[in-house]
Amino acid sequence: MSAFSAIGEDRETDREEFTPGIEPQATWCPGCGDFGVLKALKQAMPEVGRTPDETLLVTGIGCSGKLNSYFDCYGYHSIHGRSLPIARAAKLANPGLEVIAAGGDGDGYGIGGNHFMHTARENHDITYIVFNNEIFGLTKGQTSPTSPKGHKSKTQPHGSAKDPVRPLTLSLASGSSYVARTAAVNPRQAKEILQEAIEHDGFAHVDFLTQCPTWNKDAKEYVPYTDIQDDDEFDFDTGDRMEAAEMMYEAESRLWEGEVLTGRFYHDADRPSYGAEKRSVGEMPEDPLAERYFDDDAQWERTADELIDRHT
Amino acid sequence: MTNDTLMWRIAGGSGDGIDSTSQNFAKALMRAGLDVFTHRHYPSRIRGGHTYVEVRASDEPVRSRGDGFNFLLALGDSFARNPQEGAYYGNEELKPLTENLDDLNEGGVIVYDTGQIEDDELAEVDLEARAEENDWHVYPMNLREIAREHGSDVMRNTAGVGATAALLDMDPGHFEDLMRDTMSGDILDANIEILEAAYDRVEEFDESHDLRVPTGTHDGEQALMTGSNAIAYGALDAGCRFISGYPMTPWTDVFTIMSQNLPEFGGISEQVEDEIAAAALALGASHAGVKAMSGSSGGGFALMSEPLGLAEMTETPIVLVEAMRAGPSTGMPTKPEQGDLDFVLYTSQGDSNRVVFAPANVEEAYEQTRAAFELAYDYQLPAIVIYDQKLGGEMRNVSTDLFDREPAPDLGATLTEEEIAEAAHHESGKFERFRHDPENGVSPRSIPGQKGGRFLATGNEHNKVGHISEDPDNRVAQMSRRARKLTSIREELDAKDSSHQTYQGPEDADYGILTWGSQQDTVFEAVDRLNEKGVSVKALGVSDMMPYPEAEVTEFLESVEECVVVEMNATGQFRGLTQRELGRFGPKMSSLLKFDGEPFEPHEIVEGVESSIDGGQPAPHNVKYVPAAGD
Ligand SMILES: Cc1ncc(C[n+]2csc(CCOP(=O)(O)OP(=O)(O)O)c2C)c(N)n1
Ligand code: SF4
Repeated sequence: MSAFSAIGEDRETDREEFTPGIEPQATWCPGCGDFGVLKALKQAMPEVGRTPDETLLVTGIGCSGKLNSYFDCYGYHSIHGRSLPIARAAKLANPGLEVIAAGGDGDGYGIGGNHFMHTARENHDITYIVFNNEIFGLTKGQTSPTSPKGHKSKTQPHGSAKDPVRPLTLSLASGSSYVARTAAVNPRQAKEILQEAIEHDGFAHVDFLTQCPTWNKDAKEYVPYTDIQDDDEFDFDTGDRMEAAEMMYEAESRLWEGEVLTGRFYHDADRPSYGAEKRSVGEMPEDPLAERYFDDDAQWERTADELIDRHT
Repeated sequence: MTNDTLMWRIAGGSGDGIDSTSQNFAKALMRAGLDVFTHRHYPSRIRGGHTYVEVRASDEPVRSRGDGFNFLLALGDSFARNPQEGAYYGNEELKPLTENLDDLNEGGVIVYDTGQIEDDELAEVDLEARAEENDWHVYPMNLREIAREHGSDVMRNTAGVGATAALLDMDPGHFEDLMRDTMSGDILDANIEILEAAYDRVEEFDESHDLRVPTGTHDGEQALMTGSNAIAYGALDAGCRFISGYPMTPWTDVFTIMSQNLPEFGGISEQVEDEIAAAALALGASHAGVKAMSGSSGGGFALMSEPLGLAEMTETPIVLVEAMRAGPSTGMPTKPEQGDLDFVLYTSQGDSNRVVFAPANVEEAYEQTRAAFELAYDYQLPAIVIYDQKLGGEMRNVSTDLFDREPAPDLGATLTEEEIAEAAHHESGKFERFRHDPENGVSPRSIPGQKGGRFLATGNEHNKVGHISEDPDNRVAQMSRRARKLTSIREELDAKDSSHQTYQGPEDADYGILTWGSQQDTVFEAVDRLNEKGVSVKALGVSDMMPYPEAEVTEFLESVEECVVVEMNATGQFRGLTQRELGRFGPKMSSLLKFDGEPFEPHEIVEGVESSIDGGQPAPHNVKYVPAAGD
């Protein structure tokens, strides 16, 4: 019997199963967009057929990082910007786990930017949800990498002189095989996109627009929004890099002007995930590495002894 | 200097094959039944520039590189004069000969390659006069020509080894065997011809020196191994199957050895974007149920500071290795120093809760890396193996019995699904991953994917089930429990039959020397010499940095009148640690420090201790003596 019997367990779950049994201490402000992510994730998980015991949610630091306190599964609430490397290794160690990483825009596009680029490049089979509220929430409203140019905050009282990052374009250029944007104010689409992202076998990046009524008062609430898949104006092939790139560029430029375009931007279903690539070159075992530590029959006879000949 | 020890130095340019040649030479000596020890000196440069490797061999165990050396094989730096570019860097190519003369002992032997180092250039350095003055025996040989006749220029190393063998009365058969192990076809034939030709060519000389290779005595199978190798093999045998890293000298050696072997062992190696990621990946793999390690050298370890603290707070077991080189900052990338001790003990915010071992030699590197894994997983905390560039790079023969062990796939304090189901962890209806009550501080964990074991690991202070909590009573209970682990580890280590601390010298000696890490065995050699000279001294080499072996060191310090602490840094960090841990003995402890990028030689410790005892002469060149507090 597997040491991880929760993995691949075939049973129906409902959203309540992902709700903690004990009152968590974490708190979001009333009206916070983060509730929208939580709700969408709780709805998506039963749809993809995953149970809480086979799911690992790795978060960073920030209001967004508190997602773990409201979402009941195996969790790792780590440090600012570092959720991705932790999530990557957990997935390599046990490919049977459903690994989801989540964090804020400061967390993911700022301090963790380097990890974002490399995780996307390697196409790890994990889902990455970025709570993009265009502000640092938890540290009380400083300018974030996605804050609009001219944005005034306590640390940039004259207004930011920087252009914001373009997360979608950056993601595609880095190598993500699934890129989408949704918004907390659009629960139906949010659930569908998360579901698709989780089911995607590769690095799935979801830029999730979340309003922060506390610190980003003049920022849009991302309504009205346009679903690019539902609108004839935007006819493009999500499997074509060039078309997707153009569409992303446009969506990002329009967001800076106040118009919110959401939907799936890129979906490459054919590219093998990093784990598959690594296995194909012989750099990763076929069976889940983590299983072996619980398997009494595992092949452990290999020791350094076998290497000693070279030294005698 | 007695002739029962051969101290052979091969010098040339970086990239000239000095390393591989010296390795083979050392191996041949080991196979001939001798104990060997190698010391590597190289500049922070890829090709060219003066580099050397010393091989010391004796019929008795060798503990250090020794004082100076007695055989120089100077090959000339072939990259100093680059024919392709017509470049010529002053007298660089002479350096393998000239730079090494200062340390050559009286009566020493010199072989230099006249094909590379031309005689007329030697006029400048007055070799003849110096040779006469020091009774050196000089054998100029055109090694390059011999190599070219039978193969190519690059094989002049082999010619040098052939000449060495002839001059030392060694059987060249050992070298031929080694060549057969690694070469074949024309290359093998050419090398064997070159070896024999050079061997025969020595007959031209009237061999007036009396240095000969000692007769080997050891029995039992031996393996020639570096400290880096021993750490990697210790990790593999401990069941480590995941490594993540980013290259940095000298940690790269361990990383490389692991990466080359892990796939064969069914494991995973990841070279990642930076050291923060490297440490974070090790945490992720460990959290998911795999024995994992990472590591770096000073600058890279600095980046690991935050994930290291996270491991303490989330109680995620990991092993990190820290390979010290001279700092601060990038410092001297290829030079050893023991300057990162304070840093490794206290890196990261909050109160440190980690195990830190500092192995002294190749055997200990293997043993203590295994022990680090065992404690990390049994007690769910980070364990760090700290060593320096000297230990990482030096080669020694060790008995192959050292490796004859059962593999250790045990994940430590981790539950199976059956145990989770039966455990009294469900009072709250949730798996209580961080219970307050365990006496030894360890609450067993579950692994993601196991049924019924889910919990939240968080870097914030948290309650029993892992939810963030700032409740004062919970905080005190959790802090106290985590701290209990170190107390339990100390008790466990103290209760073992053998300790990681090592003693040398007569028990009732008047004076003591305290040391740690790679300097231990050099100190021990000095202790033997001091006792031969009638100075009553003993030494203690300490390997447990955290938790500190309070009882053992206290007993040692109480038993001596005065104690010199020997270490390779400028501020006496280990002396400081000892004083801090024991809260006394300040007035008893003085320091002998070296931080010029070269490890201690035994004579420097002998002289340093003599001067500290009678206060007479000043400490030797580049060795700093710092008197006891209150002196
Ligand atoms: C290394 C480090 N630097 C700074 C912080 C402080 N910090 C905590 S949350 C945060 C910003 C979070 O912003 P974002 O990622 O956008 O998340 P949000 O709170 O908006 O969800 C910062 C700077 C930290 N915890 N660690
Ligand atoms: S500060 Fe902003 S992001 Fe944080 S909980 Fe409040 S509304 Fe949400």
